[in-house]
Amino acid sequence: MSRFRKEGGKKTPKINTASLPDIIFMLLFFFMVTTVMRETTLYVRTALPSATEIEQLERRSLVSFIYIGEPIQSHIFGTEPRIQLYDSFASVEDIASFIEAERQATAEAERPLMTTSLRVDRDAQMGIVTDVKQELRMVNALRVNYSTMRGEVAGMR
Amino acid sequence: MARMTPEINAGSMADIAFLLLIFFLVTTTMDVDTGINRMLPPPIDPNAPEPPPVRERNVFVVLVDAQDRLLVEGEPGNINTLRERAKEFLLNEDRAPNLPDFEERNIELLGDVEVSRGVISLQNDRGTSYEMYIAVQNELAAAVREIRDDVSQQYFGRNFRDLRDEDQVQAIRQKVPMAISEAEPKDVGG
Repeated sequence: MSRFRKEGGKKTPKINTASLPDIIFMLLFFFMVTTVMRETTLYVRTALPSATEIEQLERRSLVSFIYIGEPIQSHIFGTEPRIQLYDSFASVEDIASFIEAERQATAEAERPLMTTSLRVDRDAQMGIVTDVKQELRMVNALRVNYSTMRGEVAGMR
Repeated sequence: MARMTPEINAGSMADIAFLLLIFFLVTTTMDVDTGINRMLPPPIDPNAPEPPPVRERNVFVVLVDAQDRLLVEGEPGNINTLRERAKEFLLNEDRAPNLPDFEERNIELLGDVEVSRGVISLQNDRGTSYEMYIAVQNELAAAVREIRDDVSQQYFGRNFRDLRDEDQVQAIRQKVPMAISEAEPKDVGG
């Protein structure tokens, strides 16, 4: 009758875990490659607005970031929106030298492709943004990207 | 008898890998940087001659005041209808005399076509909230994108975003320019 049944066939066979490290390593490499480490510590709060007509920023090395928003440590720095360049607060006058420094760090052939990404808090007012935009025009950094999240815009039904 | 090399116990390898994996999982920020791309107008040369005035029918004024209220062509407007208004202005399908006129141009791949001379002028106050400003920018960009999609469908049978040929992209860009101008800053009050 049951000629093919082995003795002790009721025991569940042990799962071979030898390839488990390989699978985990594969996942690990995926995350290592996709990870973008933050280079700057944010001192201002930038809750980005959302929009639908968005494009992706390519070539991160050609993008300079300007952060505008209410300081996170508002008990020290107040609630008035401030500009942050690199790792510190800055004023509107610093933007020209900031752009110049970013230009110097870029190969000459790629300078026309440089973009300035404005990461502005959604509760900020346009006054400070307009000042920054005027300053960017003065130094001919005309390509800007208003950083937004993907999603429906405010005020729409 | 040859001495057998003892097998290395690889059982803890998975644990080590897990540890690293969890570290990267936690530190990863998956945010891709997205946003609305715009070109700022070049700085004004004080010695340059005055540019020729743009005719009133060719300008679509969108004004956002300090209370985030919209004023579209001198009348109170609404963000929900802004996209349609802008499309109506740029397309001017009935060739109405108060909406923009057209310029005959020869564009490669498209042949002789009419290009609208209409320009959308976006003005804001210093007190306008950034969120509202982005919302308006988004609606205006959407209007241009929808027109581009229509033209692109008509000529090439696919949406503008799906065009792979750079020449086709350039052709559509010339036919439907992104005619949104960010005005010189001024205090509109309100």
